Amino acid sequence: MTTAADRWVRFGLKPLVYAAGAGPFLYVAAGIAGVDGVNLGANPVEEILDILGIWGLYFLLATLAVTPLRQATGWVPLMRLRRPLGLAAFFCVLGHFLFYLVVDRALELDTIGEDIVKRPFITVGFAALLILVPLALTSTQGAMRRLGRRWQSLHRMVYVAAFLGCLHYAWQVKADLREPLLYLAILAFLLGWRWVRHQRRLKHVAPAAFERLG
Amino acid sequence: MARYRPPPIPASEITPEPVYRARREFMAGALALGAGAAWPGESAAQMVMNVSVVEKLQFRPNPRFSTDEPKNTFEEITTYNNFYEFGTDKSDPAKNARSFRTRPWNVAIEGEAEVTGSFALEDLLKPHALEARIYRLRCVEAWSMVIPWIGFPLGELVKRCKPTSRAKYVEFTTLLDPKQMPGQRFPVIQWPYVEGLRMDEAMHPLAILAVGLYGEVLPNQNGAPLRLVVPWKYGFKSIKSIVRIRFTEKQPRTSWELSAPREYGFYANVNPEVDHPRWSQKRERRIGAGSLWDRRPTLPFNGYDEVAGLYRGMDLRKFF
Ligand code: HEM
Repeated sequence: MTTAADRWVRFGLKPLVYAAGAGPFLYVAAGIAGVDGVNLGANPVEEILDILGIWGLYFLLATLAVTPLRQATGWVPLMRLRRPLGLAAFFCVLGHFLFYLVVDRALELDTIGEDIVKRPFITVGFAALLILVPLALTSTQGAMRRLGRRWQSLHRMVYVAAFLGCLHYAWQVKADLREPLLYLAILAFLLGWRWVRHQRRLKHVAPAAFERLG
Repeated sequence: MARYRPPPIPASEITPEPVYRARREFMAGALALGAGAAWPGESAAQMVMNVSVVEKLQFRPNPRFSTDEPKNTFEEITTYNNFYEFGTDKSDPAKNARSFRTRPWNVAIEGEAEVTGSFALEDLLKPHALEARIYRLRCVEAWSMVIPWIGFPLGELVKRCKPTSRAKYVEFTTLLDPKQMPGQRFPVIQWPYVEGLRMDEAMHPLAILAVGLYGEVLPNQNGAPLRLVVPWKYGFKSIKSIVRIRFTEKQPRTSWELSAPREYGFYANVNPEVDHPRWSQKRERRIGAGSLWDRRPTLPFNGYDEVAGLYRGMDLRKFF
């Protein structure tokens, strides 16, 4: 079934999301190349690390917003945006991590090891990244089919990754918690939405099912 | 990095124009005062003499207390700032401090000292010969810069205040003015910002009060019109836009210490052996070093070993 709306999402919105996913990387590359108008400031390393981290978080939250948006609007083709958004999140976070290892820490094994073990904010970020790896690897249609119902339980781990990502951010700011708390609030809303719907389903669907059984 | 950077200005070519203007203002201040004693115990004649001394000796370079490491550019020093009163992003102070009014400016001297009261900045500065000192600055966030400050030893001012024998510490306070300082409209940390030094630290010749950098009157985002510079301590000790200096018997409760006592101590000496709970302090990134990979070892006391004697016998892990 290819409705006009579906085509619009597939050939209009989806490429746009892929382009948005490349955006942070293009911006960073332009900054390093010294393109006019792109200014990474006096400390470009910190700036690049922050850009990739924050966009990783934006895309992660956007991924989690897809299902509630579909439910609220009834517009099913939106679901096509979930994978590109999730992949954009994954690549930003992966880039964030690699940039931290190779440039921010210049591969200093002593301080990196210490960070991952001793600093909760890094430990938590690292855990979030580890969770995202299998999700990215199983994001294809093929994997979805092969895994069947297990796919959904596996991909629910993205809730944990998003929570850890927010926690990681909140934990590393020096004093101003306003921004990280905003993202935590957005995440709470997106997860709360699911929870409420789930509760409703238990109330309405489950008794009906029991009646049928009875 | 291919990013354009204005060529660094050699110390010998420090632009004299704003300096000149500042001098004019000091002069005007002194003349307007006439015979009214600005500083107790000083005659008008002395004051006038002091002004001319200031004029001649202004910005005399002090190589003994200067590093010869390459300086950061004026642009780097004035666009990458931690000055939460003007916002928590490093780029906020340059934007939000533009219209900050630093004149007239009064500084209150209070507490355990013979000379106390409120002083106009011009009067406070008059007796002091200004020096250029090129210092390393190590931020607690593991980055560093090299900055050519213009200032004078804090110890000289302390002496002129004649602290009593009860004065064990010096407490400094930043202006509280949420109208002008938008960052203060939200309690990110406790306002006004408070910092402090032990008396012997304050008397150390490396501790200065700065009124300028790169030969110019201090830009607002760098803590105009009067700030502390303590180069062997993390940057947050070097309090900006000072309106009060108080001599106390008890150790001042400083803003960062109140905000996160496990992370920021009263001493805050640069120390590669004592990590911040959330990051290592072993190495630092020198801003503008030219390489993205610049990570150099952090030195105890930021390389200012001459202060080590102040802390002999102290457990610097406990008193971090
Ligand atoms: C899902 C995974 C992750 C997300 C969503 C994430 C997101 C973020 C965000 C939003 C920031 C703050 C940026 C800002 O200040 O604007 C940040 C900072 C940081 N992240 Fe991550 N991160 C993740 C994983 C990691 C990992 C695996 C590491 C390294 C092992 C890491 C290392 C850092 C560091 C060192 C900073 C501090 C940068 C600074 O000093 O400004 N992150 N991250």
